[in-house]
Amino acid sequence: MLKLLAHRVALSIPLVLLVSVVVFALESLVPGDPARTILGENATPEGIAALHQQMGLDQPWLERYWHWLSGLFHGDLGASLFTGDAVTSELNSRLGVTVSLVLCCVLVSAVAGTALGMFSAIRGGPAARVVDVLSLTGLALPNFWVAIVLVALFAVKIRLFPATGYVALAESPGHWVRSLVLPVIALSLFGVTAVAKQARDATLEVQDTDYIRVLRGNGVSESRIVLKHMLRNAAIPVVTVLGVVAVSMLSGTVFVEGVFVLPGLGSLATQATTDHDLPVILGIGVYFTVMVIILNLLVDLAYGMLNPKVRAS
Amino acid sequence: MTTLPEPAPRPAADAANTGLVRSVLRSPRGAIVVAFLVVLILACALAPLIAPYDPLAQHLSAVRSGPSGRYWLGTDSLGRDLLSRLLHGGRSSLLGVLEAVVTLLIVAVPTGLLAGYLGGTFDRIAMRVAEVVMSVPVIIILLAVLSIFEHSMTSAMIAFGVLGSSGLMRVIRGSALAAREELYVTAAELMGLSRLQVVVRHVLPRCRGAIIIQASLFAAVTLGVQTGLTFLSLGPPPPAATWGGMVADAASVFNQDAWMLVPPGVTIALTVLAFGLLGDVVRDVSAEKYAAAPAARRKRRSGTPDTAGRPEPATDMLLSVRDLSVATDGGRPLRLLDAVGFDIAAGETVGLVGESGSGKTMTARAVIGLLPGNCRITSGQVVFDGSPVQDLDQRAFRKLRGRRIAMISQEPMAALDPSFRIGSLVAEVVRAVDGIKGKAVHARVIELLRMVEIPDPEAVARRFPHQISGGMAQRVAIAMAIAGRPELLIADEPTTALDVTVQAEILDLLRSLQQQNNMAILLVTHDWGVVADVCTKVVVMYAGQVVETAPTGEVFDRPAHPYTRALLLSSPENTHVGERIQAIPGSVPTPQRWPAGCRFASRCDLAQPGCTEGAIPVKDISEGRLSRCLRVDTLLGGEARR
Ligand code: SF4
Repeated sequence: MLKLLAHRVALSIPLVLLVSVVVFALESLVPGDPARTILGENATPEGIAALHQQMGLDQPWLERYWHWLSGLFHGDLGASLFTGDAVTSELNSRLGVTVSLVLCCVLVSAVAGTALGMFSAIRGGPAARVVDVLSLTGLALPNFWVAIVLVALFAVKIRLFPATGYVALAESPGHWVRSLVLPVIALSLFGVTAVAKQARDATLEVQDTDYIRVLRGNGVSESRIVLKHMLRNAAIPVVTVLGVVAVSMLSGTVFVEGVFVLPGLGSLATQATTDHDLPVILGIGVYFTVMVIILNLLVDLAYGMLNPKVRAS
Repeated sequence: MTTLPEPAPRPAADAANTGLVRSVLRSPRGAIVVAFLVVLILACALAPLIAPYDPLAQHLSAVRSGPSGRYWLGTDSLGRDLLSRLLHGGRSSLLGVLEAVVTLLIVAVPTGLLAGYLGGTFDRIAMRVAEVVMSVPVIIILLAVLSIFEHSMTSAMIAFGVLGSSGLMRVIRGSALAAREELYVTAAELMGLSRLQVVVRHVLPRCRGAIIIQASLFAAVTLGVQTGLTFLSLGPPPPAATWGGMVADAASVFNQDAWMLVPPGVTIALTVLAFGLLGDVVRDVSAEKYAAAPAARRKRRSGTPDTAGRPEPATDMLLSVRDLSVATDGGRPLRLLDAVGFDIAAGETVGLVGESGSGKTMTARAVIGLLPGNCRITSGQVVFDGSPVQDLDQRAFRKLRGRRIAMISQEPMAALDPSFRIGSLVAEVVRAVDGIKGKAVHARVIELLRMVEIPDPEAVARRFPHQISGGMAQRVAIAMAIAGRPELLIADEPTTALDVTVQAEILDLLRSLQQQNNMAILLVTHDWGVVADVCTKVVVMYAGQVVETAPTGEVFDRPAHPYTRALLLSSPENTHVGERIQAIPGSVPTPQRWPAGCRFASRCDLAQPGCTEGAIPVKDISEGRLSRCLRVDTLLGGEARR
């Protein structure tokens, strides 16, 4: 168990390095003057010179990278090229939104996906087919499209939820929930279907094991078998797919936050891309990477807790 | 100098691959998916020729017109024709997918092959890198790329292909690794064909299915990302037509016109679906190809009803099975058990004997009402303690299970839920069958573990199944089975998976528990030693039928069916040092191949022409002895054995 966690943490360092090196290396690959690209066609020579200074473009990229990296160890990710604010303070103020969104989505995916998948496996027949069709749709519809349709239906047509905006949990839990319902649905559609598929396969497999047969054959009630033994054993493969789902949701925030005007990291990433604000993009890259690592750690922990063989070793 | 011969071909894999495309097209799903993709790709590629309008032309007289004869899919808020924009937008989307998939293949195939082929350091590094890359938040890299190379979707898609390649790389590496081990000493290599060549020639064709599956699933994901990026207008700048951009256009006006959301949304969804399904179809098709060819279907005649001596179930018996037939569900039901009949008296141990495929496990499962999901009882009766149970639903059957009929299974390890401690597993059954709660449960658990002679039951109760030995696990399984003091225990090969010494201990345990509780046992086994040790009666099964029933004392000396005799001769106990075990030549016919006449005829040394003409009736030979053989008199008469 400890080994597993240590392995995960050990992976995280190359991960952060890889993400940042790639971005820096790419930047140096750009033909022509990056400052001119960033500022656009009608940039003044003074502006370009100033940006050169700010970006340290007069130095080779390795040196600039080293500079950035040593900043990272002091918790300094530089300043936004656009607003001039420190990247970390900008990101920290938006972190809560994205974390709330992603955690809620993971939770919803886990619960709804497992329930749907197990239902479909145990029921079989037409019920299973309905779940199958729903999952196909869930996998195929792009989340940003679903987001718009949800806003159109539940925020504009029937004014059930706010169309846009975000209220912090600390401010008002009720409004926090209401502001997250639609984004969470849009974003977790994929997760729910991916988990449901896995849960269904796992349940079908568990259903056919000797130990379930033996429990049945020796008189244990069906509800105990399903809710305790099947759920517990099917949960192990489900947890592993949750890691993948969580990472894909992090990416999904980039597409969905904008639709709901949620002031999170995802919408900032889009904005920064349009503004060519590389320090901000890099900063978000670091934040996302750390979140991926934490999410994977949580998955490993859950896996270890569910699987006695891992826990014992 | 002789020419190099082709490396030894792998018939199965090659045959499987040559027909892959054809099989995909032949399956209805595959044909639809491929047709859809071909039409879509052609339509988008030919967009400049076939699109009804210029995608940028604004028809200000027909703004947001909705579908009509002039504008099939309607127009947007600038009066641009949606169909034309879809066709033109598809060009960039599909091109993006192509770029990403080609990149994926260029990166994944060679690295996968090399990692599998070279092994060692390169392999280790490649796998590590793949592991790291898998956790990269890809979207950020894409955004960075798009920020640096402004609006260059091609760079973003290439980056996406590189970052997505670890999955496919692992698959190919696995195949290459397997091939390398296999081919290490093949003729091909001795002939001087370099190992790399061998790997490339053998592995690539074999991986084709996997590559197509991965690539098409990846295409589905890529399309989602590509449209997402164009939705954020990070792709070709407006007013260029893109699928994502059309969704964004629609989003800004959905209050006035919700229709505009439909064409791009549905197109994206269908295309993603088509890519995804293509992968599924290929997977299904290749799985089918590798599975054994379906057995030829023969006309089967149903066997004559078995009387098992008496036509009516015996009411004085604890368990009486009559004419029990089991078949699979579905359009072409397949008969698995054919009029099986036997009796078990209270406290008696009956051995159910036969090779695998004879139907003994199926019979045992029918008795306890736990047939596999796709099988059901088609006729016959299972009478337990005077009342028929074959038609009970699961709820009613559950009242019997544990309390009156219980079971243990073959693989003791597999019989214990790996996620729970021993104590909690036994407690689960105790609560279900004993109706006790709280502290009493634990006391009963320990008592049960003590009854099955487990030393230090308290400590064992705290362990997980993987922490105890197979013999111990079978004791635990027995403890679970006897928790409800059942009258009948179904034991499916309870000792097969155990060491010889442990086998004897478990048999002793079963015997002593049986005597203490007057419990009857239906013992499924193929081990004559076990039969001789504990059974009072033997029921021999072959190809879904009972072929002989006899008291244990008599069967060893005077088997009344050629199959029983052959089984006895093939039993290791029956062989003396230096003597060869006589395995029965041939194998049990599968249900598809049950002949109309005697099912054992093809393997029987006493067979004569009459044996294959029609179903063989069961003959009453003497008190408690039945045989399904025409020549039982010859068998029991003169020359007896050998
Ligand atoms: S009926 Fe004929 S073929 Fe069948 S077992 Fe008897 S002798 Fe052999």
